[in-house]
Amino acid sequence: MENIITVSSLKKSFKTNHVLKDVSFTIRKGSIFALLGSNGAGKTTAVRILSTLSKPDGGKATIGGYDVERQGDAVRAMISLTGQFAAVDEVLTGRENLQIIGELKRLPNIKSKVNEWLGTFGLEDAADRPVSTYSGGMRRRLDIAMSLMGNPKVIFLDEPTTGLDPQNRLAMWDLVKNLAKDGTTVFLTTQYLEEAEHLADHIAILHEGKIIAEGTPGKLKTIMPQRGAHLNFASDADAQKALQLLQQNGIAVGGLTQNMPSLEEVFLTLIGEKKEGESHE
Amino acid sequence: MSKQKPRLFYDAKVMFKRCMKIALRNPEALVQATLTPIFLMLLFGAVFGNITDVGDYSYVDFIIPGIILQAVAQATSYTAINVNTDMMKGIVDRFRSMPLAKSALLIGHAGASIMRNVMTTAVIIGTAFVVGFTPKGGLVDWLIASGVLLLSVTAITCFAVFCGLKAKTPESASGLMFPLFILPFVSSGFAPTETMHVAIRWFAEHQPMTPVINVVRSLMLGHPAGNDLWVALAWAVGISVLAFALAVRRYMRKMG
Ligand SMILES: Nc1ncnc2c1ncn2[C@@H]1O[C@H](COP(=O)(O)OP(=O)(O)O)[C@@H](O)[C@H]1O
Ligand SMILES: [Mg+2]
Repeated sequence: MENIITVSSLKKSFKTNHVLKDVSFTIRKGSIFALLGSNGAGKTTAVRILSTLSKPDGGKATIGGYDVERQGDAVRAMISLTGQFAAVDEVLTGRENLQIIGELKRLPNIKSKVNEWLGTFGLEDAADRPVSTYSGGMRRRLDIAMSLMGNPKVIFLDEPTTGLDPQNRLAMWDLVKNLAKDGTTVFLTTQYLEEAEHLADHIAILHEGKIIAEGTPGKLKTIMPQRGAHLNFASDADAQKALQLLQQNGIAVGGLTQNMPSLEEVFLTLIGEKKEGESHE
Repeated sequence: MSKQKPRLFYDAKVMFKRCMKIALRNPEALVQATLTPIFLMLLFGAVFGNITDVGDYSYVDFIIPGIILQAVAQATSYTAINVNTDMMKGIVDRFRSMPLAKSALLIGHAGASIMRNVMTTAVIIGTAFVVGFTPKGGLVDWLIASGVLLLSVTAITCFAVFCGLKAKTPESASGLMFPLFILPFVSSGFAPTETMHVAIRWFAEHQPMTPVINVVRSLMLGHPAGNDLWVALAWAVGISVLAFALAVRRYMRKMG
């Protein structure tokens, strides 16, 4: 399959803060790409450059063959952006928000399209209420529905699950997977290794302005720190027994949970830094 | 960019509708914009109507243009607030990442602001009739007076858009508009400038709202507008062009 996004040697600084020093990656058409990095790594900065909101200081990025810096209009026609913070009109209703985007994208049959989207995102009941009355999850869904109107070829999701409860997070994962099934290329950012591994076909880890590791989840696993494992038992007593008898007798194990390394552990392994326990949010 | 022109018109129309909707969802603002001038009209008429000698006019006739400009200034501070709110929130990034004409958002805000002011002004004039306003101007006088008012509304709107872009918070955006709330009271709007203290009089006679008020009052009451017409037009057009240029420059810099 062909590449739809290519990024090479991208650089961006804010005064003396060199946020992106040398960032390169390519994304295949129709795949899910995850840019993984801790808070402040520069994920949003990268997304803003790719979605034509900000100019890089150096390097080059293209989407569908168009240069994001010089052919902004062509790029904007292909993409949609769901930023880290919901971009919705609070005083308007969900329906009105969708309607306006439909009109700006000049879609045919906007009314029925809007109803369709409201249904898909479970917002029918809240459709005619002002967005200011929505919960965080509903707002996020509306935000994404607005982005999906007009079927963009590439969709940027900047930390789509940050701040969502587990149930809404799972729903978001399903949504992302379904998008990719339909052929949309998904560019998402996340702070969670687990999320990237679960969703993405391709992961790039951004740390201190550079991509320090890149590849399929399977490939990354082989170079990541060793994972431990949790054994779950029905009761404390079982667990105690198990500790003593596990080697001799097979005691029933209720479940096996993988112990994901934290991002910090990943960084430490990948860049071989063993000192400095700088904490990330 | 040959497709930019129809795009601008269409996008600006959608943005205009959006801005009108947002404004109509703020009932306090609407009520305030309409009730304050009506209240002022009644209050001033009752309190000062008998003691203020305004020559050949009845006091209500005299103060209508000042009331209108005061209302416009007040109502337009919401334009500054709305522009600022849009610029500071994620919504502008959504618009920026869509293939839209860049200035459509500003034009939508400005258009909605002018439309709201036209509506408010119509309500004020309607109420004025109830209170005893007896205009004597002919159709042409009214047309010219309306034109001058429309240009003044445009000037104040352009200034408000600029304030909305310049400020960092909605509160400070409307704060930048504050001088405009005062100007109508230091003009020929509520008392003839001849009755004022010399320094205030000089200011009142040289600030832009005085010629606008004089023209509108003269024409509505069937008197010739005289030289004030050209001074008023020069101010309105001058401020509109300058504020618009500054606003667009600021906007484009923000939009990258
Ligand atoms: N407009 C800006 N002006 C100055 N500094 C910025 C700006 N945007 C981001 N930064 C800085 O760039 C760094 C990366 O920010 P960001 O891209 O938002 O990180 P992430 O999205 O990965 O959390 C941070 O140190 C942040 O303070
Ligand atoms: Mg971010």
